[in-house]
Amino acid sequence: MLSQMLKSVTSQSQTRQRALATFLTSVRRNGTVSEASFETQLYKLHLLEEPPSATATCTRDEALLFYHQMQIVRRMESASSNLYKEKAIRGFCHLYSGQEAICVGIKAALRPQDSVITAYRDHGWAYVMGCSVVGIMAELTGRAQGVARGKGGSMHMYTKNFYGGNGIVGAQVPVGAGVALANKYLENGGINVALYGDGAANQGQLFEAYNMAKLMNLPSVFICENNGYGMGTSIDRAAASTNYYTRGNYVPGIWIDGMDVLSVREAIKYCVDYCTSGKGPLVLEVATYRYHGHSMSDPGTSYRTRDEIQEVRQTRDPIMLFKEHIVGADLVTADELKKIDSEVRKEVDEAVKIAKSDKEIAVQELAADVYSNPLESSIRGTTPFDPYTHQRLSKITNLH
Amino acid sequence: EKLYQKSKKPRPEPRQSSGTGPGVRVRGVVDRRCSRPQYSNYIRKMALSSTRIAKKLSGALSRSFSTSRVVAANQLTVRDALNSALDEEMERDETVFLMGEEVAQYDGAYKVSRGLWKKYGDKRVIDTPITESGFAGIAVGAAMGGLRPVCEFMTFNFSMQAIDHVINSASKTFYMSAGTIHVPIVFRGPNGSAAGVGAQHSQCFGAWYSHCPGLKVVSPYSSEDAKGLLKAAIRDPDPVVVLENELVYGTAFEVSDEVLTKDFVVPIGKAKIEREGQHVTLVAHSRAVLLALEAATALAGEGVECEVINLRSLRPLDEETIVKSVTKTHNLVTVEQGWPQSGIGSEICARVVESPAYHYLESPVVRVTGVDVPMPYAKSLEIACIPQPHDVIKAVKKVLKIIK
Repeated sequence: MLSQMLKSVTSQSQTRQRALATFLTSVRRNGTVSEASFETQLYKLHLLEEPPSATATCTRDEALLFYHQMQIVRRMESASSNLYKEKAIRGFCHLYSGQEAICVGIKAALRPQDSVITAYRDHGWAYVMGCSVVGIMAELTGRAQGVARGKGGSMHMYTKNFYGGNGIVGAQVPVGAGVALANKYLENGGINVALYGDGAANQGQLFEAYNMAKLMNLPSVFICENNGYGMGTSIDRAAASTNYYTRGNYVPGIWIDGMDVLSVREAIKYCVDYCTSGKGPLVLEVATYRYHGHSMSDPGTSYRTRDEIQEVRQTRDPIMLFKEHIVGADLVTADELKKIDSEVRKEVDEAVKIAKSDKEIAVQELAADVYSNPLESSIRGTTPFDPYTHQRLSKITNLH
Repeated sequence: EKLYQKSKKPRPEPRQSSGTGPGVRVRGVVDRRCSRPQYSNYIRKMALSSTRIAKKLSGALSRSFSTSRVVAANQLTVRDALNSALDEEMERDETVFLMGEEVAQYDGAYKVSRGLWKKYGDKRVIDTPITESGFAGIAVGAAMGGLRPVCEFMTFNFSMQAIDHVINSASKTFYMSAGTIHVPIVFRGPNGSAAGVGAQHSQCFGAWYSHCPGLKVVSPYSSEDAKGLLKAAIRDPDPVVVLENELVYGTAFEVSDEVLTKDFVVPIGKAKIEREGQHVTLVAHSRAVLLALEAATALAGEGVECEVINLRSLRPLDEETIVKSVTKTHNLVTVEQGWPQSGIGSEICARVVESPAYHYLESPVVRVTGVDVPMPYAKSLEIACIPQPHDVIKAVKKVLKIIK
């Protein structure tokens, strides 16, 4: 059975979604195929001759996985928004809705020895890098089942090969380059992906990191998630040059449409090849959009119009676009996706229940794990009369 | 107790070792003048007058005296102590590496890393561009990624450009990650005032860094301290700040055979009693220990016996040793070169006051500190801004009520 669908969607951005090409390998009983090929979105190159692959092959399993992952992230962020409004989440809460294709697409191309570091918009990243939905939601509400036992909060989630979750804008970029240095030094073949926003892209320490990564030929991929706004400041008001993929200057770069998960994946596959063949760092710019404000304390409408947000939702939503791809190519059926939707809803709703009902860690645990090798057993409290005892409770995950 | 009777001849100014700034080659001459007080005292008494001949004679005698002692004991400069600590730890553990400005091909701005690049090569001794924020961040990432970096700041004044990485990226991460991501990094370099380098190059960061939980902070004085503490810092799996002092790099100290061994480590968080005494406790760190010892020597001549505590570490602070000493002596004077407000002396004073030792104090605690101004350049002003032995002596006499 052959089916070929043509879709062209024009959007405000410079990219056009090109015609889909379907390639049959086999047909299943429910009418789905096991694999399909798609054209990737146009890449823009800086100091590179060869672009990433023009086609992306997606298996049925991958399609289901990517869809599931993106929906989890979308649903988690929605749930977080509600929890924040209920005051179950306090302080900072920076939501990733709209940018899901980036974390899912990048992780799909990474190997177990590769690592990621990002800034504070990290919930989606924590999930794809291996944290559970319960762990993430409970960390947001500050409870014991949180990935950092409630001690870190929204901006400080970590797991193996995922170095957070960082609160200081830009600081994660040289730190990521440092992880790449360790990869090179230890010859473990890993690369590091260091993500930052368009706001952080103007930080001086990034350029210091690019410089050293280039000098030392580090397997570093620096990725700017350009969602058009650094907090409330649009890119043209913050950067004299908004071509973030060229800002590495002497470091080659690629611009990617971040709303297409397969384009993102192909680009990262390219980067993995590039970096592991000793060619040094790359600077990527992934064009994306965030539906929510900068954080939960920002409605996100004082510096941009509701129409703009609506238009992106309707024409460039990454989940919607991917759904159209995979249903259109008969990789999956619409019913299967509906089933995934309800599974996701259930999983996230249950995680929310746990996140709300779980207890916080015991107060004494505030004095736990300040040092991995504590030299003093007591930690001063608010007065000298009631010191805490330093406890060592955790298991270190970055022992190499 | 003898009272201070008459003023003695003013002592010659303490000779500063070849004060250099960044970028000036250091000849690395071993300062053969042994810093143990007995010898300089002996020589001083031998001098007939303060004429040049007598000075030369006393100088020659002290040198020959020290030289003849070399045969019996080991002389080790602080610079060589740090160098051998780095060398030994790099040999012992392949993940230990050094990075910083001029650490490789220049042999170190102060020659602390002399010879290491030749021995270990580009992979393990890395020259960085002059970008503290960037390379400190890279060092932190390297530590997270499985290495044990020693990140050198040419002086700790420049660490201010990178302090976000020291505190937010390094020291807080273990806690924020609920103990899952550790950061085994060492930040080291010269701290505090040097000689004639002006305000922006003379600040002491002991108070700033020791303020922060998640960090360990050490401040060595002698060669034994320097070697033992740097080795302990490198072996420690947590972030450690090692505050060295440029002016003692060239000072040779007598060290035991044990110090010269490859596993000589000084525990972080334990102070050393450099001199025992029963009348007053002097607590100091880094170069101020020398100051306290010189004052103690002078005071001993008048029958006042000072107990001099070399803190060695600022975090953890060895409260137990201080409290035990004050309980014995009943009087406390803290000595530091840094600024007074929120300084190390303030912390020591607060801790003693909150401890059982308070009830043993016979007078209020006095802090001897640097003057509360940015460091001026003119020589006499600079000397006046750093506490001198007579300041400590005066503080002790006030505390002991020898003078009003």
